[in-house]
Order: sequence, then C-alpha cells, then structure tokens
Amino acid sequence: MKISKDTVKHVAKLARLGLTDDEVEKFSGQLSDVFDYMDILEEVDTSGVKETSQVTGLENVSEKDEIIKREEGLLGASELPVESNQILVKAAIKKQ
Amino acid sequence: MAKLNELTIREVADGFRAKKFSSEEVTKDCLKRIKERNEEVNAFVLVDEGEALRMAREIDKSGFGGGAKDHILKGVPVGLKDILNTRGVKTTCCSPGLRDYVPPYDATVVEKLRGAGMVMVGKTNMDEFACGASTEHSCFGVTKNPVDLTKVAGGSSGGSVAAVADDMSIYALGTDTGGSIRQPASFCGTYGLKVTYGRVSRSGVTALASSWDTVGPIGKSVEDLAIVLGTIAGRDRKDMTTPDVAVPDYTKFLGKGVKGLKIGLPKEYFGDGIENETRDVVMKAVKKLEKEGAKLVDVSLPMTKYAISAYYISMPAELSANMERYDGIRFGKKASEKATGQIKDLVDQYFVVRGEAFGDEIKRRIMIGTYVLSAGYMDAYYKKAMKVRTKIIEDFGRAFEKVDVLIGPVSPFPAFGIGEKADDPLAMYMADALTIPASAAGVPSLACPCGESESGLPIGLQVIAPQFQEGLCLRVGEVV
Repeated sequence: MKISKDTVKHVAKLARLGLTDDEVEKFSGQLSDVFDYMDILEEVDTSGVKETSQVTGLENVSEKDEIIKREEGLLGASELPVESNQILVKAAIKKQ
Repeated sequence: MAKLNELTIREVADGFRAKKFSSEEVTKDCLKRIKERNEEVNAFVLVDEGEALRMAREIDKSGFGGGAKDHILKGVPVGLKDILNTRGVKTTCCSPGLRDYVPPYDATVVEKLRGAGMVMVGKTNMDEFACGASTEHSCFGVTKNPVDLTKVAGGSSGGSVAAVADDMSIYALGTDTGGSIRQPASFCGTYGLKVTYGRVSRSGVTALASSWDTVGPIGKSVEDLAIVLGTIAGRDRKDMTTPDVAVPDYTKFLGKGVKGLKIGLPKEYFGDGIENETRDVVMKAVKKLEKEGAKLVDVSLPMTKYAISAYYISMPAELSANMERYDGIRFGKKASEKATGQIKDLVDQYFVVRGEAFGDEIKRRIMIGTYVLSAGYMDAYYKKAMKVRTKIIEDFGRAFEKVDVLIGPVSPFPAFGIGEKADDPLAMYMADALTIPASAAGVPSLACPCGESESGLPIGLQVIAPQFQEGLCLRVGEVV
C-alpha cells in the first residue's frame, strides 16, 4: 500500500510529531514498504478468532487502596519553570 | 588464574568467600577493561568509577560472612541497560530527549539488585527506547561486536550483551520485547534469557510495548542466569502484570541432564530464510542433546512467518500510545533555544519537543502505530494482528502437547555489518523473525551460544519452554 506524503503529514499531526520535509519524504517510501509487507496477514484466516492483548490470562488485578510513599522530587525532573508545585506551560486556550 | 573480570558470578562469589580477592579488586579489573575497550566497543554510555569503587569498598567492609544479608550477588559488578531507572543516576534510554534525565526512583529490578548488594559499574548502550535490532539507533553511537568490531552487537540490549561478552562486567540486565536480549546474545556469544511475560517486574523500566516487554539477565553461564533470575523474579504490586507465581530456586533445575526430555524442532525454524551455516551449527548442537538422551521430535509452528507482521503492528501501536507521555513537560528535554520562538501555544510545543526528542526509528514506529490505530485502519491492521497473535499462541500450545521444549536458531544469520541494514527498516526487522513468536506467546526462551560460523562469528540457539518454565530452559541450556 502506498503511503502518500499527505498521509504521512496527517498521521504526524495526529501523533503531534514535528517532521521535516526530508523526513516526510523518507517515511512515505519506508512506510509504504512496511505496510506492503504487512499485507501478508491477509493470508491468515482469522474468522471466529479472539483477539489477544494479555498473554498470561490475568484479569481484574486489584490491590489494597493504600498510599505507598514515593520518593520526593518528581517535579524536579521537569526542565520547565515550577510555580506553587505546578509546571508552567504555554497556554492551551486562546484568549478571545 | 583468569583475570577477575573474566570470571562468572559463581566464581566471583566463591572467591569472595574464600578470601581470594575482594569486590574492590574485581570491580577494578572490570573498570580497567572498560577503560581499555569501551572507547572502541561502546558498550557503556555511563561509567561512574568513583561510585562503583565506593559501593565495592563498602561491601568489602561488611564482609562475606554469611547470614540473610549475604546474597550471592553481593559485591558482583553488573551493567544495567540504560532503560532501567536508577535513582540519582542518569537514565537516558539513549534518546536525545532524555539525555539529561535523572530518575527520582529505582526500577523494582534495580531495587532488588541493590538489596542484594550489587556493584553497578555503569549503564549500557541500547537502541533508542529499545527500538532496534542492532544498537545502531542510539544517540551515543553504535555498540560494536566485541568478537568482530566491524559487525553490530545486535540489539536492542547490545550494550549489556557486549559488556558481558567483552568481560567489562560479570553480568548484566537487559530487556527483551521481540528479541532484544536473545538476538544480541547470539550475535556476541553469551547467554541471555527472555523470561515469561510478567515473570519479572517492569516497574521503573521505560515501556516500549506493554503487552510484550520483559526484563531479563545476560551472563557468561546458564548458572549465572539462574542466580540472577531467582533474584529479580516475582510478584510486584507496582506492576500489575506480574502474576503471583512462586519463584523457585532456579539453580535446582541444573545438573539434571536432558535424558528422556522431548525436544521439538519446529520445521519453520530450520527452513527458508535461515542461512545454511546457522542451521548446520544449531543442528550439530541438537544432535549432541540427542546423544545425551533427549528425544527429537519434528513439529510445526505454521504461524511463524506471520509473526513479524503481527508484531510490527501491535508493538508500534503500543509504543505510540506509551510515547504520548513524552511531551517535554514533566520530564525530558524542553524545546531547544532556537525553536522556542516558533512556539505559540501548547500544541506547538508538543510538535517541537517531540520532533527534537526522537530519533528516526522511534518516529517511524510512532507513525506506524498511530496509523494502525487511526480511524478506518484499526480493524484491518491492529485487530487483525491481535487475532494472529492468538493463532501464534495456539501454535505453541499444540507443540507443547507433544514436546517439553522447542529448539531453533535465535537469528536466521550471524551478526551483520555495521551500517548494512541501517537504511532498510524491513531488512532490519527480519533479524527478529525467530525470536518474535515466543514473545507473542509470552513464553520463556533462553539464548545459548552453540558454535560459530566459518568466519568466526558466534551462532546461538534458543530453548523455548511453556510459560513460567524458565527452569526447563536453563536445564536444557546447560547441556548445550
């Protein structure tokens, strides 16, 4: 399947991934090859087969609801300015 | 006597207890080897000599007298893949976006090794975020194969494996999602174990594909793997995917031989696409097991050829979701000075930060993953892959009704040249053709060196067992 440059740009937008023009060009070709190869799965008859997302059969694992003391300093891992225990970021909503 | 850095865990531990040498001396020999070789091999991306020696001296001071605190790993130098969070020590995942990241807490496996009295000599190189099969996708440069410096060490745990193969550390930890411990182990001629999914906690281990990722040991002998596995395995309330399955003393499985065991040889692992030399070397080792009393049985895993495709849909899908957290806000690199001017709002910030943070292969996989999860393609790709995964699991189920373990080559070919597949992602993905199926089924698989090619490159075989039967892998692997 051909992955066009427009599709690459669209997917990059969904993924919030800044790509250069060179990268768009390169990925268009490479992803086309990869998806061509994946079409091999069409050979497999999967009618009536269940999907697997967990392989050891665990489900609904629960734990006592209690606080485990974590190391301090999680905020210290941010490179952005911290104000009253919150990280300062650019505005998400535009002023009218 | 061999140099101290060339010894196994068992030999080092015995030496400590016989007062033949100290942890400081073993650590110094490892550090000396690193100094001599690391510039070329590039197995370690971070070495803190002072801290390693401090740890070793402290351990020497407390002695090796016995008691509950006297763990067999006490004072034994280890290399940790740079994806395992180490409190206060940089953990970069070899990504530009995490180059200066210092985690505020330890991964559970690191905590366990600390509790055992480890001496960490350093953090090891890897493909960025464990995405790759050659350790060429690292922001610190490629890890070279210590056996032949023109070849790759394999990946993504190439640094951990090269460190052990080149005697820079006594053992190491790596991660294996689709082959990332086994394939480099076979390329460099060491032992490496991919555990059952959930056998070892992944708390504090940066996630690649959450339904596939495992943490496992790399060592110079099967016994060493048994020792380390027994230390790091088990239920962890910080990782809900670790079932409450008892952790046996894995060394008890050793020394039992293979008499009476049924070994399955999947025909797909010896067929098309496998280099003749690799096939011949592995078969020779299998014949030896037959001589030791094992019974060889031909089996088939017909889904083998579809495993790569299913994996390269499922894994990037999970990766793209896991990577959503890299926004340069809570941790990781913020936007560079020169790009700051382009940022008007929060969304711009995501584009810029993520564009700068990730290397090629991560971007490629985020793109694949986002695409297969996007509207209109979810059923055709993602759900299809998850159904094929079910069929891969059924393959193993049928095979294990007939045999105790399965054996095949780890990789279709020995280590390839540096740069040879760097611009051809599909060719690179083929390197995992025989390791992905066991990952898909969540079963353990042990990579053992079993010979070499005519040009002197190591060739490895893998012993695959049913879930939570790591002991069986080790028992067979010891005889290989």
